[in-house]
Amino acid sequence: MSVDVETPAGRTVEPTERRPARLAELFLLILALAAGISAFAMVGRSVTGELPGDFWAVSLLLVGIAAAAHVVLRLRAPWADQVILPAVVLLNGLGLAMILRLQLADTKGADAWSQMMYTALGAVIAILLVWFLRDHRWIRRLTYTAMLVGLGLVVLPLLPVIGREINGARIWVNIAGFSLQPAEFAKIAFAIFFAGYLVTNRDTLALAGKKVLGLQLPRIRDLGPIIIVWAASLAVLVFERDLGTSLLFFGLFVAMLYLATERFSWVLIGLVLFAAGALVAASVFPHVGARMDVWLHPFDNELYNAVGGSYQIVQGTFALAAGGLFGTGWGEGYPYLVPYAFSDFIYSSLGEELGLTGLLAILLTYLLIVQRGLRTAIAVRDGFGKLLAGGLAFVMALQLFVVVGGITRIIPLTGLTLPFMAQGGSSLLANWIVIALLLRVSDNARRPSALPMRGTVAQGGGMHDPIVVGAHDGTTPGGGVPVRRSAADAPSRGSTPSHPTEAFGGPLDPRRDDPRGTTGGEHL
Amino acid sequence: MSELTITLLRLGYLVLLWVFVLSAIAVLRRDLAPRGAPRASKSERRRAEAAPAPSAGAAAAAAPAPARRGGPTRLVVTTGPLAGTTLPLSSASILIGRSPGCTLVLDDDYSSSRHARIFPQGDQWYVEDLGSTNGTFIGDAQVSGPQPLAPGVGVRIGQSVVELQG
Repeated sequence: MSVDVETPAGRTVEPTERRPARLAELFLLILALAAGISAFAMVGRSVTGELPGDFWAVSLLLVGIAAAAHVVLRLRAPWADQVILPAVVLLNGLGLAMILRLQLADTKGADAWSQMMYTALGAVIAILLVWFLRDHRWIRRLTYTAMLVGLGLVVLPLLPVIGREINGARIWVNIAGFSLQPAEFAKIAFAIFFAGYLVTNRDTLALAGKKVLGLQLPRIRDLGPIIIVWAASLAVLVFERDLGTSLLFFGLFVAMLYLATERFSWVLIGLVLFAAGALVAASVFPHVGARMDVWLHPFDNELYNAVGGSYQIVQGTFALAAGGLFGTGWGEGYPYLVPYAFSDFIYSSLGEELGLTGLLAILLTYLLIVQRGLRTAIAVRDGFGKLLAGGLAFVMALQLFVVVGGITRIIPLTGLTLPFMAQGGSSLLANWIVIALLLRVSDNARRPSALPMRGTVAQGGGMHDPIVVGAHDGTTPGGGVPVRRSAADAPSRGSTPSHPTEAFGGPLDPRRDDPRGTTGGEHL
Repeated sequence: MSELTITLLRLGYLVLLWVFVLSAIAVLRRDLAPRGAPRASKSERRRAEAAPAPSAGAAAAAAPAPARRGGPTRLVVTTGPLAGTTLPLSSASILIGRSPGCTLVLDDDYSSSRHARIFPQGDQWYVEDLGSTNGTFIGDAQVSGPQPLAPGVGVRIGQSVVELQG
């Protein structure tokens, strides 16, 4: 039912149609910026005893990014989710602070200023995307373009001239002095492709095929696409030696298949296929086997001292242990003892200085973003938007699991980056694009619409007035006009019996006696 | 700076992080309430107060009054994916199906886009099948033409069963 409220002017307005003021977002942004900027200051104070040289520039840029994004959301996506942007700003700020801290400690490779520039670039791209992309359903026409782009990006590092192999993984390309990790962008392209592909083919995948042991098995020919993606992700594993990206692509597809079809058999098939592929890879390819050894026996003396052995992960574990429950405080620990403390192992660096308490807050912040994404997927009305938002949220959760699981030795260590925190331009740009897409879809999902959502009641049930078949009865004022009694006639709710069966036509209900027979007769 | 200040700063920073997380969760709590619900309940309460007074005609006229005295006041989905969904009845007919234009939008692959209609005529509610693929049933009997519908009688539409309740 629509809810009308009389304004003083006598006009009726829909209170639910009012544009949100986004005050919650503003408030959370202020908190997030306070956390980021005070981290910069504390880092400088404890490492060098003064504010870091870039302090004002970095802080102002961060504030500028947050303000610009907030204003653009107010103008162009006023219904978009209010938690996503502050959460991203907080994570980005914390990552910047840690990189700045490592840079101040003269860690080789840590470069806070370039990270700041990539943050600004990513935010600008996200803002432009939200500004110009008015409806996420437009992307659906790019379904097969996205597939080609995705496959192209995956193949790119294997090309002879531009491909680069760094630390055993061939996942980089070097173009005009800039190195990029194309897989980060490929994950967005694949999410778009899977969403577009599955929204058209979900019924075949879900309903065709026979049941075995309570599992609805798909037909062999419908397995085609999943086998292709499985092969592609195995190819990434074999030729680019990147376990993490391979897991990411495959997990994304299986999760989106499950979202589209609601058939658990897909998850089972996916897990079995991946386990089989990983086992074969671990026994056939030495670099995968080495990763497994490091995972299973990190404290083995031989492995610890080997080149590419377990030194890094063991140092990361020590860093987490040094952090304890409350951490050493910004700039008071020794995170730079871990190789790649600013990128792959930024999680252990943060764990050392912020402790378990801080890490849990960071993980919860990620969880908030993922939850908002999944919530958007539930609320949005079109199937493509559901799959896209669900897929993007899931891939972020999976990436987080792979990174954090690798560092805490739940799963073998892989080379994925922690979204928004780890130093790396590709990862930052790609994740800001993901956020822009999520914000756009969530604006669409939460925008009030005349169309009811699934499982809800339409605004104003009176939209579909009855087509009166018979003639009017005695109580209806005009012939053929739907019955709408005046206010005085309407009984208050209290007079209605509460039990459904009592309410109708019982012998003790005198009001029922008269009109029933006549209208029924007229009607039939 | 003294050791104490440093410790306080360190712990204060963690508190700041958690203040952020908890405020964000507080914002999320809005999701638990249905959209616009607090406002709706407030204005409904006002209407409920206004209704008995004869002079408050304007406010009460808009109220979703049950079509007639003692008749059913709501349509309830008793089985199916949407079990528990309740619609207040007015004097308008209720269109049930998968199409977003329906009054009750079913999330059910076995229902048609415009599946059935439940409408009042005189003092009686009727159910009518709108040429759906899988049919509308009362018990085992398929509904062909408009058929009177008593409260408490389940109407099967796809995988869902709806019934009128007092």
